[in-house]
Amino acid sequence: MNTITPLLLHYNYFITIFLMVSGLYIVIARGNMIKKLVGLSLFQSSVYLLYVSPGKILEGTAPIIDDAYSIYSNPLPHVLILTAIVVGVATLALGLALVVRIHEAYGTIEEDEIFDREKGL
Amino acid sequence: MIVLVMTVLLTLLAVITIVIIRQRSLFAVVILTGVYSFLMASVLIVLDAVDVAMTEASVGAGVSTVLLLATLYLTQSREYPQPRPAIIPLFVALGIGGALIAGTFGLPPFGSADTPIHNRTAPRYLAKSIEETTVPNVVTSVLADYRGYDTMGETVVIFTAGIGVLLLLLGRRRRYSSETGEEIQGE
Repeated sequence: MNTITPLLLHYNYFITIFLMVSGLYIVIARGNMIKKLVGLSLFQSSVYLLYVSPGKILEGTAPIIDDAYSIYSNPLPHVLILTAIVVGVATLALGLALVVRIHEAYGTIEEDEIFDREKGL
Repeated sequence: MIVLVMTVLLTLLAVITIVIIRQRSLFAVVILTGVYSFLMASVLIVLDAVDVAMTEASVGAGVSTVLLLATLYLTQSREYPQPRPAIIPLFVALGIGGALIAGTFGLPPFGSADTPIHNRTAPRYLAKSIEETTVPNVVTSVLADYRGYDTMGETVVIFTAGIGVLLLLLGRRRRYSSETGEEIQGE
């Protein structure tokens, strides 16, 4: 148990990095533009975990001041990530609008087919 | 107990991510992204970030999924099989992942209270929030008061993105009306 516990207490970092790297992999490896944007949002949400999980204190509670509690988790990462979520949706919306326009101009959302068409012109 | 719940939820997140990578049907990918967002919201509740969890459930699982589904309706919902090799991306991902995981061993363990981020600005916000802003929810008081300029910047970003989306899609409608819907054949 003594060797497992430190790994368990770093498990959230491992998963965070796994999600981050998966998002990066999707963005690089997949040619479909909607899939690319999904990969980008996976990457973004891994950053939420990266910020919020160090702010947690094991005996703490949500940072809403009340006489019954004295230990609160750190509110600052929560504020930063609230901003990040909303900005993430704004970028996703802009990217999807671009995808709609690209589909209109080329008739496809596959990157390879668009490159082939550009070469053919 | 909290560590156990976290471990289960995070493992589920990782499984969903693997399925998203392997799935070829874009409709399934979009729905799985919604599931992923709800799981992420559950993880955030366990991490005491209740405001973030609520935003993630409504914006991440709600608005994002609707936007993705609308785009699928306007384009096509099938992903073609991968023609190019995936070795270089895999190599890049594994390399970066290995380096980052090696870096995590220098980070403090999950849930400890004596780390630097708990000892600098946050205690002051927690101690003075009621006195200075009369708001018991510290996240609200920091967001709207102490770091109000951040939130204004965020609003500017959303406004800019909204203008961008409108400009991109308005040009689309104009062309539809002038060419009497010939573009639909691309589907």
